[in-house]
Amino acid sequence: MEKRKERIDRGIKARSEDIFALSSYREMLYLLVPRAIPVVGLLFLAPFLSPYWREIFISTSVYALLAISWDLLISAGLVSLGQSLFYGIGSYVAGSLNHYYSLPPILTIPIATVAGGIICTIVLLPVLRLRGIYFAMVTLVVPLMFSRLVEATRILGGTEGLTGLTPFPSPWVSLYVIEIAVLVTLFGFRRLMGSDWGLIVKGINDNDRSVMSAGLNIHWYKAQVVFLGASVGCFAGAFGTHLDMFAGMPGFALDYSIMPIAAAVVGGAGSFAGPLLGAFILVPLSEILRSLGALRIVFYGMFLVIFVVGLPEGIFRFLQRKYHQFERWVEVS
Amino acid sequence: MGRSELKKEGESLLRVEDLSKSFGGVLAVDGVSFELPSGQLLGIIGPNGSGKTTLVNLITGFIKPDRGRVIYSGNDITGWPPYKIVTLGIARTFQMVKPFYQLPAYKNLIIPLCSPRVKAMAGGKYGERDAVALDLLEEVGFERDSYVSYKVASSLPQGYLKRLELAKAIALRPDLIILDELFSGLSLAEVASIVPIIEKLRFQGKTMIMIEHRLKELFRIADRVMVLNYGQKIAEGSAKEVMESEEVKNAYLGSEE
Ligand SMILES: Nc1ncnc2c1ncn2[C@@H]1O[C@H](COP(=O)(O)OP(=O)(O)OP(=O)(O)O)[C@@H](O)[C@H]1O
Ligand SMILES: [Mg+2]
Repeated sequence: MEKRKERIDRGIKARSEDIFALSSYREMLYLLVPRAIPVVGLLFLAPFLSPYWREIFISTSVYALLAISWDLLISAGLVSLGQSLFYGIGSYVAGSLNHYYSLPPILTIPIATVAGGIICTIVLLPVLRLRGIYFAMVTLVVPLMFSRLVEATRILGGTEGLTGLTPFPSPWVSLYVIEIAVLVTLFGFRRLMGSDWGLIVKGINDNDRSVMSAGLNIHWYKAQVVFLGASVGCFAGAFGTHLDMFAGMPGFALDYSIMPIAAAVVGGAGSFAGPLLGAFILVPLSEILRSLGALRIVFYGMFLVIFVVGLPEGIFRFLQRKYHQFERWVEVS
Repeated sequence: MGRSELKKEGESLLRVEDLSKSFGGVLAVDGVSFELPSGQLLGIIGPNGSGKTTLVNLITGFIKPDRGRVIYSGNDITGWPPYKIVTLGIARTFQMVKPFYQLPAYKNLIIPLCSPRVKAMAGGKYGERDAVALDLLEEVGFERDSYVSYKVASSLPQGYLKRLELAKAIALRPDLIILDELFSGLSLAEVASIVPIIEKLRFQGKTMIMIEHRLKELFRIADRVMVLNYGQKIAEGSAKEVMESEEVKNAYLGSEE
């Protein structure tokens, strides 16, 4: 007797697709619970952590922002291997404003977010025409170029970097600044991708010539995507700079490029929640594995492979499916 | 070169002058010139590889010409990017259909409906886009209220994809529609069901260019036919004139045995 797995949408999902169809508390809860998880997790979990884990929680959130930014770029078909460009530029803009002009973090971070976004967009503008691997190669090289530039010209503190920057007034301030930023970005980007703008961006990924023939300027849309993604990355960099009280070449380090991609792949690209989830699995995991010393990378790599092979759709999609559908085995005659 | 000067040279909606493009050593389009008066349907035929699609790409801005000019409604649009050309009112379909495979059929039309041209023409009142999209699908032969309109494009059969391709062009409310082998890959019955749609578009006053290999169907609806061979225009005129030309007979016999 052969059996086959059947997946069935829960009735509530179909009915609650349209918000006006909500008719009971049960359906309301059904929609609300998944959205409440990140809010509760990010805002109310942290107070229960030890100071050590709270720090890791914060740096995880920084990676999560970079991963969400990566996910936005990929939704337009732009493969970024250089999230560290965004982190580094944000970090240096905020760092120099603080170091040379004594601006406080409450100004440097917003300025670095916007100005950094503009700088990164201008830097990447000439290569927006490139597709796939060509764009990816450039994003990989550009942050390396920036860090060598700083080293060679000794500008912005050279290899020493800019030290003694203004810290956040308290760990709680830094915690809530970054968590609120993650939530705003997560829900903001999800909303955006659900709009016409998002549809056009997905269309560019699907078939750019078709978008061109629909009378839309794809380069303009790609530039907007890069600006938004870069701004979020620059925010992360500016935040990290004040957290570490330091801006320097490590801001362009490969870590800031690789970890977001790994997080997005493990969590599942295309949803923003996936990369967030991925970051919150991978960064703490890498921290736990620290005690293993040299073997850390081996175990870490194994975990990555297991995730990617076992759940190619990503953890988020897997959980989403489990939530919205039930499965049963049916006999195939 | 003033706009007004270009305009008074005739009533042509589209004028192509000495357009040329080569790929490496291949002269894909070689000094093609023609004029298309407003409201006419021009058929373009020619053997495989004779440069028909390249000509469309040159007119619609997807490829920049090596030489020559494209003048549309008094504007020299040579070398303009595709989105600007669309904004002036030229829409095209692709020979190899290019739907948004991941989107449901009707959502495919939302993207052209978001274009600046449509927004400008529709004015402020533009809430019911899904309804507009469904109407457009019905116009090109999707059954009203059938589930097909809601299926992802990747699961649609070729016949529907071709209709969708046409709908995406119509959605732009163009004045000139260029159809690149819309009929290819369709059954006789499917072609017969699309012909009235095209006739209706003409009735609405659209100017059209149709590239076709299906000569019989084309000749029935075209006002004029132009023949390309090795990138060159070898004949132009009524369907009858063109098919009687020795050169055309040779070109077709030469390539299609
Ligand atoms: N992007 C390109 N790069 C190189 N050569 C090209 C390119 N596009 C077209 N060609 C060449 O230009 C010539 C004309 O091609 P084109 O596609 O315009 O022909 P066609 O008349 O549309 O043919 P078909 O009836 O098969 O669609 C062919 O020899 C083709 O190989
Ligand atoms: Mg062709």
